[in-house]
Amino acid sequence: MSRSNARKNILNAVRHSLGVTDTDTVREKTVAKRLKAHKPNLVPEIAKVSGKKAVALISEKLEGQGATVSHVDKPDQIPERIAEYLRENNLPAEFRTGDDSMLSQIPWSKASSLTRHTGRGQGDDAVTISRADTAAAETGTLFLTSGADNPTTLNFLPDTHIVVIRAKDIRGSYEDAWNILRKAYKKQGLPRTVNLVSGPSRTADIEQIIVMGAHGPRRLHVIIVG
Amino acid sequence: MKPTSRAFKSNASRALRDEPLKSALSGIKHGFVANRARARANLPEFEDLRDEARAVKEHALAHLDLYLEAYEKKVQETGGQVHWAASAEDARAAILKICRDAGAKTVTKGKSMVGEEIAINAYLENAGITPVETDLGEYLIQLRHEPPSHIIAPAIHLTKDQVEADFRKAHTDLPSARTLEEPEQLVAEARAILREKFLAADVGITGANLLIAETGTSVIVTNEGNGDLTQCLPRVHIVITSIEKVVPTLEDADTILRVLARSATGQEFSTYTTLTTGPKREGDPDGPDEYHVVLLDNGRSEMLGGVFRDMLRCIRCGACMNHCPVYGAVGGHAYGWVYPGPMGAVLTPSLIGVEEAGHLPNASTFCGRCEAVCPMRIPLPKMMRHWREREFENGDTPTLYKLGLKLWAFAARRPAIYHRLTGIVSPLLSRLGRKGRFSSMPLAGGWTRYRDLPAPQGKTFQQRWRERDGQ
Ligand code: SF4
Repeated sequence: MSRSNARKNILNAVRHSLGVTDTDTVREKTVAKRLKAHKPNLVPEIAKVSGKKAVALISEKLEGQGATVSHVDKPDQIPERIAEYLRENNLPAEFRTGDDSMLSQIPWSKASSLTRHTGRGQGDDAVTISRADTAAAETGTLFLTSGADNPTTLNFLPDTHIVVIRAKDIRGSYEDAWNILRKAYKKQGLPRTVNLVSGPSRTADIEQIIVMGAHGPRRLHVIIVG
Repeated sequence: MKPTSRAFKSNASRALRDEPLKSALSGIKHGFVANRARARANLPEFEDLRDEARAVKEHALAHLDLYLEAYEKKVQETGGQVHWAASAEDARAAILKICRDAGAKTVTKGKSMVGEEIAINAYLENAGITPVETDLGEYLIQLRHEPPSHIIAPAIHLTKDQVEADFRKAHTDLPSARTLEEPEQLVAEARAILREKFLAADVGITGANLLIAETGTSVIVTNEGNGDLTQCLPRVHIVITSIEKVVPTLEDADTILRVLARSATGQEFSTYTTLTTGPKREGDPDGPDEYHVVLLDNGRSEMLGGVFRDMLRCIRCGACMNHCPVYGAVGGHAYGWVYPGPMGAVLTPSLIGVEEAGHLPNASTFCGRCEAVCPMRIPLPKMMRHWREREFENGDTPTLYKLGLKLWAFAARRPAIYHRLTGIVSPLLSRLGRKGRFSSMPLAGGWTRYRDLPAPQGKTFQQRWRERDGQ
C-alpha cells in the first residue's frame, strides 16, 4: 500500500469509527482552541511552590531519588565546589561542558587543579557538567535542552553528571517549567531534545533490585546557585 | 512472534510448576505493588488525577483524526517524517526501508511494546541487520530468544542465577573466572558491552509513551537512560509507535505523566522523561540527522468504534498485571503473545483475533483489582466479559463447561430450586472441608492442585438475610 493511501485509509477508518466527517468545523475549532490554550489540568498542591520553598522541595526530592545536592551563593564559587566534590568522590579533576554562556563565564582558573574540555559527550567521559534551563520541584525534575550550549550526550555518557541550575530558574510544577521553555523557544519551537532528569540512571530489571548506573550516569550531583 | 495464546491452559499449568518463575514473581508484591500504594498515599490528588488523565485521553480519542493531522504537521515542520502503517507488515517494511536507505548494519533499540507487537527484531535479522536491545530487561530476553513477560519489566520472570548463566554463555570473550554474583556486577557487565553497541549503531529505534500534537513531539520514559543513548548517538532515529498515543498539549502530557510512573513502578517520576522533536538542529553537536515516526494502526482504528474503545486509553503502566492474582501465579509468558495480564487479555484478541486469543479473557477471577488500580480507569473486567460472551456466541466454549453453565442457569432462573440446592450443598461442604478449606476436591482438581478452595462457612447468604429480616 502506498504511503499516502495508508494515511488516508487510517484517517478514514478513524472517522468512520467515530461517526464523523472531515468537514465538521465544530470539532476543528475545539481542537484548534485546545492546542492554543495550553490550559493546565489539575496541578497538585505540592507543586504550588516558588522561591525558597521550591529550592527546599527540589533538594529533598532529588536526594530522595539518589542524587546529591549542594548550594553556592554565586557562580564564581562553582569551581571550588566542583573541585571539592570531585576530590570527595575520588574522581579525576577533569570534566567536559558545552558552550553554555553561564558555564563559559565561570572563572574556572579559580580552582587551578581543574581541567575543562568542551564539546559533545564522549564514550569514556568520567565527568560532565551541564546547565538546566529550568526545573519542576514537585518531583525533583531538571529540564535540560539540547544544542551546542548543553549537548544531550553530556547528560548520558559520563559516569558522573553535574548539573548547575540557578535558584531563580526553579519552578514548582511541570506546567510552570514548560512556560519558561515556551518563552525561551518561542520562534523555533522546542529544541530537538528536552531531557527531564530526576536522578541518576538506574535499573531494577534483575529481581527488582535497584542498581545505579544502568547506562547513564551512576552519580548525579546538582549545584543550585543563588 | 507466533502466538501461543490458544494454549493458555497448558502454558499456565506449566508455569505453575516452574519453581524459578514462582520465586521471580514473588517479588512483585513487595516491589511494584507496595511502591504504588506508597506513591498513591503520598499524593492526595492521585484519584482526581486519574479522572483527569482519563478525560485527556477520552478527549484525544474523540478527536483522534484531527490530533493526528495536527501532530503530523508539526513533525514535518520540525524536519521529521511520519510513516503511516495500517498493519504490522506495513510498519516492518517502512522501518526496513529506512534502515536500508541509511546503509544500516546494526540498530540499537530502546524498549518498545509496539516493536514487540510487530516483531521487528526477527524481521530485521532476516534482512541481515542486527538489532540490539539495550534496555537491560529486553537485552536479557533477547539473549534467551524469549518474548517479554511484563510490559514494563520484560525479564521479571528471571532470577539472578539465570541471568548469570546467560551472561556466561553469551559473553565468551570475558574471563570465565570473573565473579558475577551480585546484580551490580551483572549490570556493570551489560553496561560495558552495550556501551560499545550504542557507539557503533547506525540507526536507533525507540518507542513512544506519548505523542504531543501541539509540538510534534514524541515522549519516552525510562530509568536506565538506554532510550536516550539509542536516540542521541546514531545518525538516524526511528520512533515506532501507534495512533492512540497522541495527546493535545504539553499540559495534557503532564497529567498523564503524573499518574504513569506512580502506577507503574511507584516512583513519583521516572528518572528520564525525554521529549523529542524532529532531527538535530543547525549547530547541534549531537543528535540524529534524520527523525522518522512510524505510526501503526493494526486494528486500533476499528477498536475506536466498538465496545473495546476504552482500551485505547491504556498507557502501558503495567499496574493491572502487577495486581492480578492470575498474572502473579502464572507470569506473562502463559498469555502466549506480547501483551500479558488483564490488559493483554482484552487487547490481544482485538489485535490478533478472537480465534487465536479468545481464551485469554477467561484467565481472570473477576476480582476487579485491575480496574481498581488502572490509572486510566479502564473497565477491564467488563471488557473481558464482552470477549467471553463473544466466545460463547461463536461456539468456542468447551462442551462440559457449557453443560455446567446450562445447569447453573437452569437453577439460577428458578430461585426456589436454587436456594434449596445451595441450602443443602453448602452445609455439607462446610462439614467436609476440614479447617475451612479443601486441598483437593473431585471435579475441581484444576483449582485445588495449586491452591486451597475455601469451604463455605455456616449458612447461605439468602438464609442469613432472611434471618436478619426476621429480627
Ligand atoms: S490497562 Fe490500565 S493498568 Fe493496565 S497497563 Fe493499561 S493503563 Fe496500566
